This record gives sequence, C-alpha cells and structure tokens, in this order.
Amino acid sequence: MNSETVQPPDGSHQDNLAIHTRDLHFRWQNQSRELAFPDIQLPRGEHLFLHGPSGTGKSTLLGLLSGMHTPTRGSLQLLNQELTTMKAGARDRLRADHMGVIFQQFNLVPYLSALANALLPCRLSNLRHSRAIPSATEAAQHLLTQLAIPQSHWHQGVTRLSIGQQQRVAAARALIGAPEIILADEPTSALDTDNRDRFLELLLTLAERSNSSVVFVSHDQSLAGHFHHHLALEVAP
Amino acid sequence: MNKLKLTVFLSAASLWYRRRVLALVCLTLTLSITLLLGIQYLRTEIRQSFTSTISGTDLIVGARSGQLNLLLYTVFHIGDATNNIRWSTYQSMTEDSRIDWLIPISLGDSYRGYRVVSTNEQFLARFRYGNDQPLTLASGDWFSDLFDVVIGAGVARQLDHKLNDDLVLSHGGGRTSFSNHKDLPFRVSGILAPTGTPVDQAVYISLEAMEAMHVGWESGVAIPGRTLSADQARNRDYTPDAITAVFVGLDRPILTFQVQRELNQSREEPLSAILPGVALSELWRMMGQFEKALLGISGFVVITSLVGLIAVLLTLQAQRQREIAVLRATGASPGLIAGLYSLECVGLALASCLFALLLGAAAIAGLSPWLLEHYGLQIRLRPLAREEWLLLVAVPLSALAVSALPALNTWRAGRQQGFGAQDSS
Repeated sequence: MNSETVQPPDGSHQDNLAIHTRDLHFRWQNQSRELAFPDIQLPRGEHLFLHGPSGTGKSTLLGLLSGMHTPTRGSLQLLNQELTTMKAGARDRLRADHMGVIFQQFNLVPYLSALANALLPCRLSNLRHSRAIPSATEAAQHLLTQLAIPQSHWHQGVTRLSIGQQQRVAAARALIGAPEIILADEPTSALDTDNRDRFLELLLTLAERSNSSVVFVSHDQSLAGHFHHHLALEVAP
Repeated sequence: MNKLKLTVFLSAASLWYRRRVLALVCLTLTLSITLLLGIQYLRTEIRQSFTSTISGTDLIVGARSGQLNLLLYTVFHIGDATNNIRWSTYQSMTEDSRIDWLIPISLGDSYRGYRVVSTNEQFLARFRYGNDQPLTLASGDWFSDLFDVVIGAGVARQLDHKLNDDLVLSHGGGRTSFSNHKDLPFRVSGILAPTGTPVDQAVYISLEAMEAMHVGWESGVAIPGRTLSADQARNRDYTPDAITAVFVGLDRPILTFQVQRELNQSREEPLSAILPGVALSELWRMMGQFEKALLGISGFVVITSLVGLIAVLLTLQAQRQREIAVLRATGASPGLIAGLYSLECVGLALASCLFALLLGAAAIAGLSPWLLEHYGLQIRLRPLAREEWLLLVAVPLSALAVSALPALNTWRAGRQQGFGAQDSS
C-alpha cells in the first residue's frame, strides 16, 4: 500500500519519536471501506512529506494524527503517549500543548487581528505560553516580523490580508510556543510559485529553530526535496 | 479561569465583528424588553397614582348605593349620585365626638364639561392625596366671596384661565349645556397646584353659592323673575337642604368599622359609608385583569424576539464552520466553542437590556411632562422595583436557556469534526 515507509535513522532512540504509528486503520461513519495507513516513525525535529492523489486519506491521516479522529484499530503514539486510549478532552489538551496546525485556506479566526490569531495557542495552552520567550506577545511579534508581515497589519482584521499573508500568519500561529509537531494540510496550494517556495523555506527554517517536526501534506511532488522523509499514500485496490 | 477569559474575549470580538447583522436582532430585542419593562413600570406607577387618589379620608358617606358607584361619583367625578343626604344628617355627624373632621360636597352642576364641586374651606384644609399630601394653591386664595371659584390645575391649563377671569357655570352635567347660570358669573379666586388626581379636573365653589345659583331653579329650569341678581343674592342666608356626600376623618381610625356600621344602619336615612381604600383596590382589581393581559402579551413579544435571535444564531452557525475548525484544531475543546455561543447570546441579551434601560429612562424623562400636561398622569423616574429587576434578569437567563440549542449543536458537531472545515477527504 505504501510506497515508502519512514524508518528511524540509525542510532535514533525509540523514546525520541515525535510520531509513531503501527497498523493504523480508520473507517468513516456510513462507509464500508476501511482506510489502512502505512506505519510512521518520525524522530523529533525531522520533517515528513506526505503526498498522494485525492481520496487516499491524506487529510484523514492528519485528522488521526491531530487526535480529532480516533482510529478503528492500530496504535498511534505522539511524543510517546498512546493517543488511542486517551479521552477526547485529553487529546484536545495534547493538541493545544504540542501541536501547531496550518490548513489549506481559511486558516484564521476572522474577527481577530493578525497578532491575536498568532497568539491564540498561547491563550489555549499554558505550556505554549510559558515556552514563548521572552513573552507571548513579543514571540508573536518576532514571528510575524520573520514571516514578513508588515507591522501595520498586525492589529488589523485578518480579512484584509492577502492569501499569502494569511498563510504566513497561520504559520506564526503554528510555530508559536515551539510545539513538537506541526501539521500542515496543503498550505501552499493557494499560493503562486514564488510565494510557495518562500513560505516553505520560512516554515522549515523556523520549525528547525524550535526543533519542531513538520508533517506536510501536498500533491506537489516538487516540494519533496525539502523534507527528510517521504510517504506516499495510494488508492486502495 | 484562562479559558473563561478567552471565551469572553472571543465572544466579544465575534459579536463586534458581526455587529451589522446582529444590530437588527439587538434592536428587536431592545424594543421588546423596553415594552415589557415599560408596561411593568407603568403598571406599578399607575396603580400607585390610582390608589393614592385619595388618602387620609377614613369614610365616604353618601346616599345608599354600591361602594363603587359612591367612590366613582365622589372621587373620580364619574356618574351621578343616586340621591342626596339631608343637611340634618350632616349636622348630626358634626356633633359626633368620634368624628374629627367632615368635608361636605354637593355635585350636580358643571363648567364646560368639568364637574362643579361645592364644598367649604375644609376641603382645602383636610383633603389629602398621594402620600398624605395636602392641596395647595398655585396662585390666588381659596374662595371667600359668594361668587368666587377655585379651579383645578387641569381646568386652568385646558381652558387657559387666569386669576380673576369670569366664568359662567352650567346647570347639570355634560360638556354642552343649554341652561347656564348666566345671571351669576363667578370670578376665579384661586388655582390649585397640579396633583395628578381628579382634583385637577374640577372647579370648586362654596355650598352657599350652589344654593344661591339655584334659587328660582326649583323646577329644573330658571323661571324668569324668581332668580336672583348678584346683589340680591349676597344678602340672603343659604343653609342647604341637602348635600351629595361627606368625606369623614375620624379621631381614632380604629373606630372606622364601628362608625361605618352605625351609619349604614342609620334609621334616619338610608346611607352608605365606604372605606375609600377598600373601594379603590376593588376598582383596581377589575381594571387589573386588563393590565395583566398586557404584561403577558409583552412577555410573549420578548419570547418571540428571543426565538428570532436563535434563528439568526443558527444561520450564522452555518457560516462559522471554518472558524470553529480553526479553534478546534488549535486545541479548543467543544465545551469552549459551545460556551462561545452561549456567551454571545447572553452578551447580546445583556446589551439589549442595557439599551432598553437607557431607552426607557429617556422615554420616561422625555414624556413625563407631556403626560402630566395632557393626561394629568404623574410618572416619575425612579429606581427599578424588585419585580422589574426580576423581569430584567429573566431576559439574559432565557437567552442562556435558548442558546442551549446552538451550543449543544456545536458541541455535538465538535466531537465529530475532522481536521479542517470539510470533514471528509
């Protein structure tokens, strides 16, 4: 089913995995077909490129990794914690504390400013708040500066930002407070080539700085070169 | 605590973001709360003003009739007396040691639709209304000459009368009368200060003047040659044969029932003695049904607007899936999202309550001079009473209750939601 399984690099320790799945299966309600996913072992700080045609369950896999869905069977460990036995509330907390997410589009809460959007994880998680150094606001401002959001836009409503700027504000939100895992669901598909490359570069550079692992879903194979690991999902026979 | 702060912060930002759509809902809610609160407020005020139409009077005595009838024609100037009471009866009452004071009144004539009340100086001295307030003269003096008249504030305002104006009283009630006492014009000697009671809507002359006017009118119309001129009238003695009713004040209020029973059982003449407070509350009970219905209706208006609010929130909910997906993916629990909805709903209700209070206060402050001017209604701005606070508090509480629907909806959806807004891929 999978063209390539992610293998831990030599010498890496089992305890030091960001994501570790085994025999992961999921079935949507009202659907008979069960999706099976290849095993993943992703060490901390390393990035995974996830690709495949639509309908192969890329977003479903992200849903499982984020703890929004529970697998029908199999084991799913994030940061050495077994997600499948956790209660829904605990999974929400795990996501707030240890995960950043970027969607394809409509990433931002429309009634908050760019800065407030970037700060959202710090308000939802004390851990993220304490990790944002020197303070949450300064960390957010620092990230927005690095992601080239002009200061004049920080306090404006996000609906006035361009798509590229919106995606970068979303990246700042995902990066703030140095979460261990960042899940990105085709975040570059709405961007032109220039914007896409710059976005990816910034995202990966900043993620490396905070030692975050990025799981990046895209149908654009040309981006694969930026990642340590690749995983292709295929249509089930 | 942090979660609560975040929820409050988010719902405030969200309400402000959607202010254009929500402004109309808020307006509807504000108007309906103003209506509800206004009706409750006016109800209390009008009842207050109604039951304080007369105070300090222990008994009202008139010819035998029902207590409402007696109250209506003596205090409210509505309807006519069934009969008069003899002057001798009044005289014997003045000799009763238990009775402190008496105000005799005689009715029957009118002035351009306003009742003529003939009485004596006791009326000014003893009559009380409201919270035991005495009558005062806004200008001039109480009548001293036979042909002096004191007019109520409402009469003076409506007919634009000043001191020393001459006026001609009419025989009988009614706005247009064809038999006028035109030989004997009266002079305005005083104008009473406004009271917001029927006292404002009458003119006051002496008992003697009433008698003098009716010399030669024994058959019901003036018989030429038998009526008096003003000069002739001044030189005669007028002891009335009969009066219409008497207001009675007792030395010791504890004797009220005893005196009432004696008067009601009088062998001299069939009398009715009533307790004005009891009659007033009986009258209010009859009218109270109507105002309760009004309050009920305005309650339904508030419920209707709350249902409208829910309809709008549910419509908005469909547009908010992306934003909810972002919040969920960032780690917000479904409880927080549900709380967001509830808080927005309650916030909107609170804002509406605040606007309703401001609107109501402005309306009362703006309209009360006009109401006193045109209707003799005294509505003052006062702090809200307990019932009114309860009504007001009920609004955000019902908003919280009805918000359970979208909140529960979103809570359920939150648990089934996938990664991103679209929950299948």
